[in-house]
Amino acid sequence: MTIGNGSSFSVARFWAMTVKEFIQMTRDRVTLATMIMIPVMQLLLFGFAINTTPHNLPTAVLMRESSDVGRSILAALENTDFFEIRSVVTRSEDMDALLQSGEVLFVVEIPEGFERALRRGDTPSLLIAADATDPVASGSALGALSGVIQSALANDRQIEFTEPNPPLFEIVQHRRYNPAGLSTLNIVPGLLGTILTMTLLIFTALAVTREVERGTMENLLSMPITPLEIMFGKIAPYVIIGLIQALIIIGAGLFVFGVPVLGDPLSLVVVTLLFVVANLSIGYTFSTVASNQLQAVQMAMMFFLPNILLSGFMFPFAGMPHWAQWIGEALPLTHYIRVVRAIMLKGANMGDLTHDTLALCFLTLVAMLIAVRRFRRTLD
Amino acid sequence: METVAVENVIDVQHLTKSFGGRKVVDDLSMSVKKGRIHGFLGPNGSGKTTTIRMLCGLLTPDSGTGTCLGLDILTQSDRIRRRVGYMTQKFSLYQDLSIRENLEFVARVYGLADPRGKAGDAIERLGLKGRERQLAGELSGGWKQRLALGACILPEPALLLLDEPTAGVDPKARRDFWNEIHALAGEGLSVLVSTHYMDEAERCHEIAYIAYGKLLAQGTVDEVIAGTGLHTWTVSGAGAHALQAELAHAEGVDMMAPFGTSLHVAGRDEQALDTAIAPFRQRADLTWERGTPTLEDAFIDLMRRSEDNFQ
Repeated sequence: MTIGNGSSFSVARFWAMTVKEFIQMTRDRVTLATMIMIPVMQLLLFGFAINTTPHNLPTAVLMRESSDVGRSILAALENTDFFEIRSVVTRSEDMDALLQSGEVLFVVEIPEGFERALRRGDTPSLLIAADATDPVASGSALGALSGVIQSALANDRQIEFTEPNPPLFEIVQHRRYNPAGLSTLNIVPGLLGTILTMTLLIFTALAVTREVERGTMENLLSMPITPLEIMFGKIAPYVIIGLIQALIIIGAGLFVFGVPVLGDPLSLVVVTLLFVVANLSIGYTFSTVASNQLQAVQMAMMFFLPNILLSGFMFPFAGMPHWAQWIGEALPLTHYIRVVRAIMLKGANMGDLTHDTLALCFLTLVAMLIAVRRFRRTLD
Repeated sequence: METVAVENVIDVQHLTKSFGGRKVVDDLSMSVKKGRIHGFLGPNGSGKTTTIRMLCGLLTPDSGTGTCLGLDILTQSDRIRRRVGYMTQKFSLYQDLSIRENLEFVARVYGLADPRGKAGDAIERLGLKGRERQLAGELSGGWKQRLALGACILPEPALLLLDEPTAGVDPKARRDFWNEIHALAGEGLSVLVSTHYMDEAERCHEIAYIAYGKLLAQGTVDEVIAGTGLHTWTVSGAGAHALQAELAHAEGVDMMAPFGTSLHVAGRDEQALDTAIAPFRQRADLTWERGTPTLEDAFIDLMRRSEDNFQ
């Protein structure tokens, strides 16, 4: 028998808590269904809305000269799925107005003397102005543009080619409003982390406050169970849920959106496990600070927002000011997104990303430490 | 085991606890003897629950010292938790767990060997066989209370702390409950039970009366009644009800309480009381009879006197 405060960890008591939490979790069918449905729904919504190849993008053409080349470029653009020509203008003020108002996302400018320069073999510039506030859309459309125009000119035989290899013309891109831009493949790995953060935080944020609000805390505290056993017991069942969610998202990413897992799958599982535990312990910490369930949910939401904005999920991490990067470094999602993008898309493994893996461990430990210290064993 | 043979299972001195500047328990000292059922009485908000919580380590006293089962309530609350069964005022088992799951949880947390078997025994003892898969939240008030008691005694504690266990329970269930408590005390378990009911107080070996955080009386029922020093008259007849208003401010009348069609009139000073009631003794619509003060008389008097002290 332990002497003194008897706070040594008991696996039996931890297990008692885990079993209890697990039964309660399965008994609440609505919540359980939500846990499984949220990742599926979010992924499908986000995935299809953001990740599909853009088409019918509203486009304008600024014609500085009236030429055959200009007309065939126009026709080629209309023939592709990507662009939908909304208007043809001749003055650059009109172009600015169209972009500004959001009426079009692209303006293709055919400069004066383009055809003549082309025939001379001068490699003239074709100016594309893009509204890059939606970088995913503009990015892939810009990529497609060059090929479309090149083949349009070749097919129409407007220009005789002696050598097909050197570019006939140069495309000058102006990505307006957002100079960086994101790659489409980044979305699914980012979503994996974001969805896990959102759901897991709330699960454990409710864990302690629910006991307080239902009046069961008084009974629990009068029993010989330690804060550490309660915490682990409450986190454990949701680790399984978190892993199931991750599996669903990765599976859907693979089969629905074709996002590969190029790196070591075991590394992915281990880092995901670490990330799940990190979020659950942060949620649990909120639970020990909040005095009711509503407060706990609000805290989780407060924490969720910077995770979305500063983790590199929505905006490129490198483009943020230093202070924002420092905040980002303190968020588990930042590290997880880095690791997951690297493993899934670049074929890295955990060993290549020691810094981020250790950061996740560190954040988990800090959260748990605060939670155990904050947990009140009395009703004072 | 490690316990020294103790005469008093609860022995606390000068316990004080304030919430937000208000003293909820004020300089309270009390003791409970081993194997006894100790009633804990007092009006709502008098500090009964706070005292019980301090005894089992759920609240830390602002000042005062004491032991529970020979263990220091300030430094050894972890060990106290293991040997005390605390039944909260509000049902605090898990409503979304079944009867069996609740009992198994308790058995596991207390580290009992064979938690399933122990839970099964408890279900049988409670007479809940066949209903063990029912959710605790679906039980009636009486059954909830039985289940809570069953969970409390599952780890075989040496002391039970019961906080208004029979509030909102029907008379039959109340009687069964008290029979069970007496049976447990017969097996050597000590019990501290808070209650509002006079009949329950009279079923206790000893009682303690607390009001406004202060302990006002302690002892057996007879001792507490004798301690108030009341002399009582029972007045019956058609005019008995009106009499209460007429005697309201009379010198020498310390306590009046209507009981059905009669009125109890009591005072501590026998002579003053006789003088006060003399003008009414001869009224035709009143029948005067010397009575013995009841426990309820004693409590109402105690409560009134403590109110006077606080006004």
